[in-house]
This record gives sequence, structure tokens and C-alpha cells, in this order.
Amino acid sequence: MSLITLDAVEKWFDQTQVLKGVSMEINAGEVVAIIGRSGSGKSTLLRCINALESHDAGYINVDNQRVGGTARELRALREKVGMVFQSFNLFPHLTAGENVMLAPRVVKKMNPDEARENAVNMLAKVGLEDRFDDYPDQLSGGQQQRVAIARSLAMSTRVLLCDEITSALDPELVGEVLGVLESLASEGMTLILVTHEMGFAKSVADRVVFMHNGCIHESGPPTNLFNEPTTAALQQFLKAVN
Amino acid sequence: MTEFTDWEIFRNLIMAARWTIVLSLIAFLSGGTVGLLVMILRTSGLVLARWLAWAYIELFQGTPLLMQLFLAFFGLGLIGFEVSAWSAAVVALTLFTSAFLAEIWRGCVQAIPSGQWEAANSLGMGFLQTLRYVIAPQAIRIAIPPTVGFSVQVVKGTALTSIIGFVELTKAGTMLNNATFKPFTVFAMAAVIYFAICYPLSVYARHMERKLNVANNA
Repeated sequence: MSLITLDAVEKWFDQTQVLKGVSMEINAGEVVAIIGRSGSGKSTLLRCINALESHDAGYINVDNQRVGGTARELRALREKVGMVFQSFNLFPHLTAGENVMLAPRVVKKMNPDEARENAVNMLAKVGLEDRFDDYPDQLSGGQQQRVAIARSLAMSTRVLLCDEITSALDPELVGEVLGVLESLASEGMTLILVTHEMGFAKSVADRVVFMHNGCIHESGPPTNLFNEPTTAALQQFLKAVN
Repeated sequence: MTEFTDWEIFRNLIMAARWTIVLSLIAFLSGGTVGLLVMILRTSGLVLARWLAWAYIELFQGTPLLMQLFLAFFGLGLIGFEVSAWSAAVVALTLFTSAFLAEIWRGCVQAIPSGQWEAANSLGMGFLQTLRYVIAPQAIRIAIPPTVGFSVQVVKGTALTSIIGFVELTKAGTMLNNATFKPFTVFAMAAVIYFAICYPLSVYARHMERKLNVANNA
């Protein structure tokens, strides 16, 4: 039984259809990289999975629960599905530790000691346990993004959605963030990444999905997709990024 | 006819100015409370609530405070509610203040990048939780200068309540003028007292603005 199921998902922004019937299944522990040109619908697809965008047709299931229900169902969904953004979106008025502690305290009503211990563990996981008391603006971009990952993990998420999380980073900081993702993948976390890091997709992803014009154009193991692209659109795309 | 020395005029004005201050404080506190509720409705995801809050803000921002005072005082009297000048003044000033503060604060809330909402929402936090723990702490910083600045308008707005007979600084001025026929002395003194109340507020608002600008540019 797959952890996430998408079936004929469609999404419109006014008159423009950005998702034209996307179907796929993702198993627990799988690492899926979604690639494609900007405007191909990959970020929208990601945002539909945790209901930051509502979908207009088709259905999305996460862990046997339909996406797009009541407020209570939505909250349950978001405890399972974490999201990390291109622009970090850390809370600037809170320290790294407080950023990680906030949602467990407020949403899960975890007591302060437990939440603190949990936050220390999560920051340790991303190698930042010594930055607990630093504010976001005292951290580098790579460190901020690692705090954002720790913040999502603190809700004991089963799936982490990553929306171009290295695109806003200086090149020398990309590695440390990808390193964290790699260790999460090896621990069995389910990861869905919208990414431009083809090298990373090649080495870490179990499956690569190429989106084009709101559809899944081609998908499969990275070696097949990168070495023997079958469609003209993917061949062109790979030529453009290499 | 009684003779008033300048000192007696001044002393009487100061006594009345206490009511200007009390009325301003009440208007600001109750207006702030109602304004907070209206702002929450205005920024919420509920279409009906947003629309009601919008109508409320437009109505009380778009009509003169004087009309609101007349309606609260004479209007409610006409339909059978006995309203004192005091309660009519409080009601009208609360409506007026809340509408403006709601709109000022809405602007401050919406100035916070939408990524903050998205991050909090995807952590499972609801609208009110996000507003309280993520948005408000950031919005309050930018809300302080315009809020303090607006409090000057509230203080000056209380002068209008003299028209429905509430005895505050302006009304006391009119009464003293009637008794002394020294309009220049009386109203100049009243103006100085208003200025003494409002000027520190303006200075404080400007000071906060500068301080926050420096912090933002750092």
C-alpha cells in the first residue's frame, strides 16, 4: 500500500490549467525527485500534497487520508507532511531552538521540557545543536535551511516536501543542506523534492519524475531517465540544464 | 457676574482636561479591543466575516465622527434608549477608533510576508495560532508608530463630544468664554493644554519610527 496516492489531480489558476491530471504513487521511504522547467507545475503539485493549494479535480491520499477535508483532517495531514521552502521562512523573532519548539508546543501541546529536548535532538540531527539560541539572521543561508528542516522534523513528519530548497543558497552552502537530505533518505524518510540539483537527483533519488506542461511526461529510476531520455521534451530539458 | 482671574480660568480648564484624558484612554482601550476583533475578522479566511468587517470599517471611517456622536446621542434617544452624553461619547469614539485601528493593524498584519503563514500552516498551526505566535509578534513592531500617531487623532476627536454637552476641555472652554468674554485667553489656554497632551505622543511616535527604521536597515 503506497503512502501517497495521486489520482488524476487537476489544478486551475483562473483560466490557466497548471495540473492536467497527474497520477502517481509514492511508497514509504521512497525518495522522489521532481524535475522540469519553471511553470511546468512541479511546485504546485508539491503544494497540493499538503493542501497549501487546493486541487480542483481528482484526489490525493496521504496515509489513507483524503487531502482536502475538514480543518481537523487538515491538521492531522500536516502533522504527517512537512514542508521546507526555497526562502526558508524561519520565524525571525524566534531563536533557532524556539523555531523548532513552536509547533510541537502549540499544535501538539507538548510540555516545555519535552519540546526543548525534542528540539535539541532535531537540531543535532541537522548538525546545529550548538546554534539553539541564535536568531535566524545570525545564521548563514545553509544553516537557516537546516533549521527549517529540523523544524519540520520536530512534528514527527512521515513525508518531507522540499520545494527547491537549495535554490536560494550560495553554491558553497548547497552541499551541507543536501547532506542532511541524504542522511534523512538513508534513515528511511519519505522525501519528495522539487529540485534543480540534477547530480543530487541522480545519486539519491529512487525515482525521478519529469514534469512538462502540467503532466508527468516521463518517470523512472534516475539512471534510465538521465541516460536514456525517451521523449524529446526531456532530452531538450536535460541538454539545457547540463 | 463672577470675575475669573487667568489663573482660575487655567485651573478650571485643567480640571476639565482630566475628562479629555479619561475619555481618550477609554476610547483608545475599548476602540483597541473592538479594533482587534474587527482586524481578526477582516484577515480571517471566512468570507462573510471578512465582508462584515470591511463594511464596519468603511462605514465608520467614511462618516464624520460628529454624525456618529449625533446618532449615538439623539438617534438612540429617539428610538427610546435613554443615553447620557457620557455613554454616547464612549460609544461613538469606540466605533470611530476601532474602525481606524482595525484598518491600521490589518495593514501591519498583511505587511508580514505570506511565507510566514505558509510555514506556520504547514506545521499544522491554525489561523489564530499563527496570528498569535508568528504574525502578531512581528506585526506589533511595525504597528507601534502609526498606532501612537493615531492616538493623537483620538485625543483631538474627544473635543467633538462638547457638542452633545459632555464637559471636557473644549466644552469647559466654551463655558468659561461665556462667563468671562475672554475668548482669546480661554481658547489659547485650551489649545496649549491639547498641545501638551498630543505633542509627547507625536514625539514618541516619531521616535519609535526612527528606531524601527534603524533596526530594519541594520
